[in-house]
Amino acid sequence: MIPVYLDNNATTRTDPSVVEAMLPFFVEQFGNASSMHAFGAEVGTALGKARKQLQALLGAEFDHEIVYTSGGTEADNAAILSALETQTGRDEIITSAVEHPAILSLVAHLEKTRGITVHTIGVDARGRLDIEAYRKALGPKTAIVSIMWANNETGTIFPVEQLAGLAHETGALFHTDAVQAVGKIPIDLSASEIDMLSLSGHKLHGPKGIGALYVRKGVRFRPLIRGGHQERGRRAGTENAPGIIGLGRAAELALEYMSDEQTRVAALRDRLEQGLLQRIGASFVTGDPDNRLPNTANVAFEYIEGEAILLLMNRDGIAASSGSACTSGSLEPSHVLRAMNVPYTAAHGAIRFSFSRENRDADVDHVLEAMPPIIEKLREMSPFWRERDVRTDAFNPTYA
Amino acid sequence: MWEYTDKVKDYFFNPKNSGILEDASGVGDVGALSCGDALRLMIKVDEPTQTITDAKFQTFGCGSAIASSSALTELIIGKTIDEALELTNQDIADFLGGLPPEKMHCSVMGYEALHAAVANFRGETWVDDHEEGALICKCFGIDEGMIERTIRGNDLTSIEEITNYTKAGGGCSTCAESLEAVLERVNGEMVAEGTLAPEMAFSLTSYVRPVKKGKIVNLDEKKTPLTTLQKIRLIEETIEAIRPSLQRDGGDCELIDVDGNRVMVKLTGACVGCHLSSATIEGVQAKLVEAVGMPLIVIPVTQMH
Ligand SMILES: Cc1ncc(COP(=O)(O)O)c(C=O)c1O
Ligand code: FES
Repeated sequence: MIPVYLDNNATTRTDPSVVEAMLPFFVEQFGNASSMHAFGAEVGTALGKARKQLQALLGAEFDHEIVYTSGGTEADNAAILSALETQTGRDEIITSAVEHPAILSLVAHLEKTRGITVHTIGVDARGRLDIEAYRKALGPKTAIVSIMWANNETGTIFPVEQLAGLAHETGALFHTDAVQAVGKIPIDLSASEIDMLSLSGHKLHGPKGIGALYVRKGVRFRPLIRGGHQERGRRAGTENAPGIIGLGRAAELALEYMSDEQTRVAALRDRLEQGLLQRIGASFVTGDPDNRLPNTANVAFEYIEGEAILLLMNRDGIAASSGSACTSGSLEPSHVLRAMNVPYTAAHGAIRFSFSRENRDADVDHVLEAMPPIIEKLREMSPFWRERDVRTDAFNPTYA
Repeated sequence: MWEYTDKVKDYFFNPKNSGILEDASGVGDVGALSCGDALRLMIKVDEPTQTITDAKFQTFGCGSAIASSSALTELIIGKTIDEALELTNQDIADFLGGLPPEKMHCSVMGYEALHAAVANFRGETWVDDHEEGALICKCFGIDEGMIERTIRGNDLTSIEEITNYTKAGGGCSTCAESLEAVLERVNGEMVAEGTLAPEMAFSLTSYVRPVKKGKIVNLDEKKTPLTTLQKIRLIEETIEAIRPSLQRDGGDCELIDVDGNRVMVKLTGACVGCHLSSATIEGVQAKLVEAVGMPLIVIPVTQMH
């Protein structure tokens, strides 16, 4: 049985050529880029090249608009905390209900500890942002807007370029968590109004533990981590040279494969989605089919629970995820699906299939064959399945 | 990924007794779709002998919920109702070779379904006291009400103690900040009520706090082990000392027997059938171990035969 990996929104396989690019920077060119000797100089040159590679993927105007971080989470935290410092007199944040915890936990904490006002903009049943509510929330007190480019669970894409324009009308900064978008859809920051953008290496076949925050030239910035003068004083700490160089190579590859992602990968995703809906009743696709990442399908199977589905899929060699990779012991279904008002009967049974350029036709064939018996087995065991249309209130727990 | 034992996996992949039991004598429904797990237990009871002759389940839930449900049916078939009611959620977990701490609630659901099914068979209604106040610890499904009662009942002043008594905070620990807030509030109220010394109260602002004066195990004392009689007396005294706090919550705890390091107690009232029972047992156990200075296992028994 060949394993089928369809969990690329959680993390991707580091491309072997990325690893190859990184390897010399452990034992051979191990110098510190800041040092005044040949060991350091070699590394400095390689870092400069890597920066250009990432700049090209983002379409950024200047390479020094990139600040390397330890990943998407750090970039998100740095963006918001910086804006609260630089936007004096403004103490409100606007974000969406479907952001990653890297944003939502942070703003909840700021609300509690610093008295910051947070406006959380809702979404409709397809996961589209409530633009009217967004317009209304913007005001002279808005320090920063942070709205993700693409959602990690459903793949829904938000119109961030327009949202950034609206934010600027009121003098607010605009940040986007583009961790899921970078490398999957074309991005041209030089033609946009976005002030800050977060990305993460391991989501685009790069290494884990490296990411970046794009900070548009001219946007005032306060570092999250203080210390040495690395990254022009915007992120202290000796550069993660292998990581940065790996991310550079990953960015270069992502540009090369961009059209493959838009066409072949999207077609695989569509075939899986349609095949599942044809073969399995009481299931539906969540998210906005018109504005979606090419690689993501989120399918809700009613009356059964996601973890049980995943365990059976795992036995058949298929890796996917339910809700979010962060599925902990929490009993609550995904906050993204709840924000979209997906009914409880389905929210617990939503499975995210996320493709990458490494997937093939045979992967889809295998999943289409494996899924129907898995779903049927669990539904046979579920107390809700047989009674679903007979009497919806037939299951009467002593407490709810 | 959860680390499930082979037995959990086996009972999930090949569940025994799943399906519908026609002409069931008792049906217990617990959980709800919104919570992410629900279990319907169906039992068939032989009236003259009060023996459970068959049991089947239907479960909506994760792998360990399905395995726990199946394990429950295996544990109760062939037992009399009274014998079956002696089972605790820990017995279900033990049968499966253990469950990850974050998944213990699955075994609790099995325990509750059994009690609900028996109540249904006997024509009674089984009511549980879930959900008082906000859900604080999602890993173990523990709400603010339970945490507050445990803090008050046992004079807890640290997060570690809360975790030891209720399990809250012992999983992913994202609830740590909320636990601190509850502890600070409740300790503050206890100080105001005069039931807690101000210097003992948990406070987020004072980092260093006096160490609680626990029983210091004297090394000399250890050399001469307690006689069985001394041990039983000590156990008796300790249980007497904690009864008032249980009674305050409408429950009680009675010493039934001591066998080696196994202490059999009878829990009554609010302690039975609620999430708290295991917490109370752990609380009783912690107190006893502290007092007697040797490892003891507290076993709850519903009825003696
Ligand atoms: C939308 C989004 N933002 C942020 C992150 C966190 O990125 P990292 O793992 O690099 O910290 C993730 C990854 O799960 C994500 O999907
Ligand atoms: S919520 Fe995970 S330990 Fe409490």
